[in-house]
Amino acid sequence: MIGLGHYLTVAAILFAIGACGIFINRKNVIIILMSIELMLLAVNINLVAFSQFLGDLVGQVFAFMVLTVAAAEAAIGLAILVTFFRNRGDIAVDDANLMKN
Amino acid sequence: MTFAGIAFWAFAISTVTFGLLVILARNPVHSVLCLITTFISVAGLFVLMGAEYLAFLLIIVYVGAVAVLFLFVVMMLDVDFAELKSGFAEYLPYGVIVGVVLLVNIGLVVAAWQLPTDPQLAQPYLTGAEMTANLEGPNNAEALGMVLYTDYIHYFQIAGMVLLVAMIGAIILTFRERKGIKKQNPGDQAARKREDAVEVVSVQTGKGI
Repeated sequence: MIGLGHYLTVAAILFAIGACGIFINRKNVIIILMSIELMLLAVNINLVAFSQFLGDLVGQVFAFMVLTVAAAEAAIGLAILVTFFRNRGDIAVDDANLMKN
Repeated sequence: MTFAGIAFWAFAISTVTFGLLVILARNPVHSVLCLITTFISVAGLFVLMGAEYLAFLLIIVYVGAVAVLFLFVVMMLDVDFAELKSGFAEYLPYGVIVGVVLLVNIGLVVAAWQLPTDPQLAQPYLTGAEMTANLEGPNNAEALGMVLYTDYIHYFQIAGMVLLVAMIGAIILTFRERKGIKKQNPGDQAARKREDAVEVVSVQTGKGI
């Protein structure tokens, strides 16, 4: 029987993959944004799983808010990325020091 | 194994596999396509949990809008992605260490939990198929709407404001005024006066202007 623990395990693995992705793709900011999306998705799995397990819909309302904020974050992040590319000509973020000094 | 069990394992394995491919793929376009597949798999998990509304929201908003936005940006930017991938082997050990440590931490915390055995709290875990079979009660979208538009109406409106601010912010960030482009200025057009535009000349016969 598939229970709460199974869903939490999938969510934990997905969250770890997202955190790992931020570290191994340090130069490519697009993949970093996608890793953040993966982590938010893992959080959503947790919220929905607990909402279902406890029979309380508030968890799904909260997952809805997380989805909204994640969509807004992706839109703003990609807009900043496009502006950054326009100003610098590439998107390597490991040596992004435009505002230094 | 029941159908729900088989479906769970299929979606769970596909979620984790494509999640890994997102961060490991060489070509960012492949990353985005794997991200889309991950979203679809998680939507399947949501359906299994009985959260159909969020599942289809995930497919419509994420696969339809956010992932396509990613794809758009990846294809629009003219970047040498092979060069960006160069430090990959160097960072891989750190990434794996962080991932494993995080996973072990979560595992240690969650394993120590006692899930409620109180029958009031621990409701039988219904799969999506079982919930759909239960036709008497309101379905998931209806139930969610009943709390979202009453108890959580302010949160709902704040979510709308967040999206509005994000939209305005994205437009302002990427907007640039280009010189030398012919365009209308509606303000100038509306502010034009008759005296500026029309001149009445009385022409004498045989002379012209």
